[in-house]
Amino acid sequence: MNVKCIMMAGVGGQGTILASKLMTIGLTQAGYDVKMSEIHGMSQRGGSVTSQIRYADKVYSPFIELGSADVICAFERLEALRCLEYLKPGGTVIVNDYRIDPMSVITGAAQYPENVIQTLKQKANTIVIEATKLAESINAYRSTNIVLLGAVVSALGLDDINWEKIIENNVKQQFVEINKKAFCLGVESFRVKTA
Amino acid sequence: MKSLLTGNEALAQGIMDAGASYASAYPGTPSTEILENLALCKQRIYAEWAPNEKVALEGAIGASYAGARSAALMKQVGLNVAADAFFTSASTGVNAGLIVVSADEPGIHSSQNEQDNRWYALHANIPMLEPSDSQECYSMAFEAFDLSEKYSTPVLIRMTTRVCHSKSLVELREPLEKRILPVVNDPKKFVPVPANARLHKSNVLKRAKLLYEESEESNLNYDEYISDDTGIIASGICYQYAKEVFGDNASYFKIGFSHPLPYKKIAEFASKVKKLYIIEEDDPYMETLIAAHGIKALGKEVFPSEGEITPDVIRKCVFGKTLETIDYDKSQTPLRAPALCAGCPHRGIFYMLGKQKNVYLSGDIGCYTLGFAPPYNAIHSVTCMGASISAAHGAQKIFTSTDSKMRAIAIIGDSTFFHTGVNSLMNVAYNNSNTITVILDNRITGMTGHQENPGSGKTAQMEDANIIDIPALCRALGVKNVRTFNPNDLVQTEKTLEWALSLDEASVIISRYPCVLKKMSAKDTEEFKGAFKSKCGLDKDKCIGCKMCLKAGCPSVSYDAENKKVKIDANTCVGCGVCMQICPKGAIYTVSEEKHK
Repeated sequence: MNVKCIMMAGVGGQGTILASKLMTIGLTQAGYDVKMSEIHGMSQRGGSVTSQIRYADKVYSPFIELGSADVICAFERLEALRCLEYLKPGGTVIVNDYRIDPMSVITGAAQYPENVIQTLKQKANTIVIEATKLAESINAYRSTNIVLLGAVVSALGLDDINWEKIIENNVKQQFVEINKKAFCLGVESFRVKTA
Repeated sequence: MKSLLTGNEALAQGIMDAGASYASAYPGTPSTEILENLALCKQRIYAEWAPNEKVALEGAIGASYAGARSAALMKQVGLNVAADAFFTSASTGVNAGLIVVSADEPGIHSSQNEQDNRWYALHANIPMLEPSDSQECYSMAFEAFDLSEKYSTPVLIRMTTRVCHSKSLVELREPLEKRILPVVNDPKKFVPVPANARLHKSNVLKRAKLLYEESEESNLNYDEYISDDTGIIASGICYQYAKEVFGDNASYFKIGFSHPLPYKKIAEFASKVKKLYIIEEDDPYMETLIAAHGIKALGKEVFPSEGEITPDVIRKCVFGKTLETIDYDKSQTPLRAPALCAGCPHRGIFYMLGKQKNVYLSGDIGCYTLGFAPPYNAIHSVTCMGASISAAHGAQKIFTSTDSKMRAIAIIGDSTFFHTGVNSLMNVAYNNSNTITVILDNRITGMTGHQENPGSGKTAQMEDANIIDIPALCRALGVKNVRTFNPNDLVQTEKTLEWALSLDEASVIISRYPCVLKKMSAKDTEEFKGAFKSKCGLDKDKCIGCKMCLKAGCPSVSYDAENKKVKIDANTCVGCGVCMQICPKGAIYTVSEEKHK
């Protein structure tokens, strides 16, 4: 099989790393060769962050090259736009309809671009998931990442993997049930949006 | 069953499984998680955070002399701090195996420079191994300890960010049994007075010849002959990237043992291919050495010496273009640089420092380096850890001698103060300058992700620890004027700063408040009652949209252009109240988290 590439893009603190971790655990259990790359360090400080996952029978590079991501999952609108050059033409963008102003916008040095979603839709197959709103609807703002994980799993047809079990084994006990719910909301939302 | 591990996790597992008893490190991205993972295994290995990398390496040297396999772990600039011990241990040699890990940062994700530490192996004349994935991180720990003991030398394992922080599958081996070698009483070997040091030099030169032969024989250096058209020499992550781009359309010479390089084997490989590339990030290390052995190859004339050499970079350099991408206007996307977190205790002091006139602000390495950026614009210069205090001292001497009105203020974190700031403050007191040193004591090592330190009360393996009393330490160094303040109280912060500026002699002012991301201990909860347990709210009728509060530089506070008022994000706000104290109209209030719900 050709190598499949998933890029999770967001703002430091949004939980891209946990979502990617669960994804790689699932893919490993499914028997794929998996590589994942992320940069952490300064990223807790609200900067742009990406986690990159590649899987196939054999994978060399952990790094996704320009024009090769099958799915970009953006936890924030602007970050989807920033990563668009990594999307394979014909690939899918899953974007959380959520805005976080960078400091340059807060201080007035830059403008937050208008119509990000429209631009994305013009350029690529874009599926808008209201992940933060869905997470807030079950009082779990912090589970935005798991809603999005559900959507990515659906986009890549990876539903056969036992994600419930993976959440049980890798999330703190008190957050297991809420994250299972969040995951289902993501799966369901993706189904509705692509029906 | 294979495990999916980061390079750092795999190396930690390798160090343990190869029977090491001692590991020491100072946290530094991208190396931090190696020691963090070792520290989790208290039953199997002693692991500690040292105040700096020099201390870490010296501890590991001592453990090796005492007969135990040991490791010192650091980021690239950490090896500069440890270099004194590094060079001497390279010439004296070791007893039990000693590994030094340097995690380099091509692309500079979280560092102050892009130095290539492979030169350190050449410079100190010791063996170097370079893993290209997590499996190699794991198995090279075994190889490194064996080499170290066989040739009585420290071994440098050189990682890079992508190797440290990427995950791949690892097959674990049966762990080796830990063994402790007898202590050797051999002053000729271990006491480098000049007469002995001359012998050490001869030994190093003899050892270098043997190591060269070892590298020629090593199965860490091997060729994969596929096509005679293109040959590629690569080490580390570049090997994986090259395989990704060229696949079966090239032959490869994979370097795992990269000092000394196996020149004979490389020459043989070079003779079999028409076109030869050397792909390496950072400096032309291999290229320079290989060229000196008369082997011609294309290196830095094709590939850059700065930034990461990712697969798209290789593709562009060799084939002239990347894969097809979607065309769009990238100028629309403003940069999202890191910023101080909502609730960061550094906010109040930077807000105040940014307003000062006639001050020279000498910064240091930590989250607070971000104080240089808008809206604070509160740092003039940064060099390396500890330098804030010593550089401020130098600047102040010039200001004073030239009758300048300028005052030098040093800004340094608690962990960085322990790292190398203490010596610098000693110089301030001893040589009698009147700098102001601001110590940002957030009760933890923040930027690298919350490691314990000599001020936090716990060791790396979560034993109770002695706590350094920072005010008492400063006084003991000879600074008479020391005060502590709460940085979230802007009036207190301003008054403390005014007091320090009014003095004609050196002062230290300590901002004491925990990092917002810190896991609070019972002691913290008691000392900092109610910290991060509230939210700020906005009285929309009172807000006049003056944007003064945006000068707090808080990611939770933004301007809503449509309503011409600010808005506060309740999901991320923790109610530190800095914006509230700045607001001239009393439009911002705080409520407890419970009430907010």
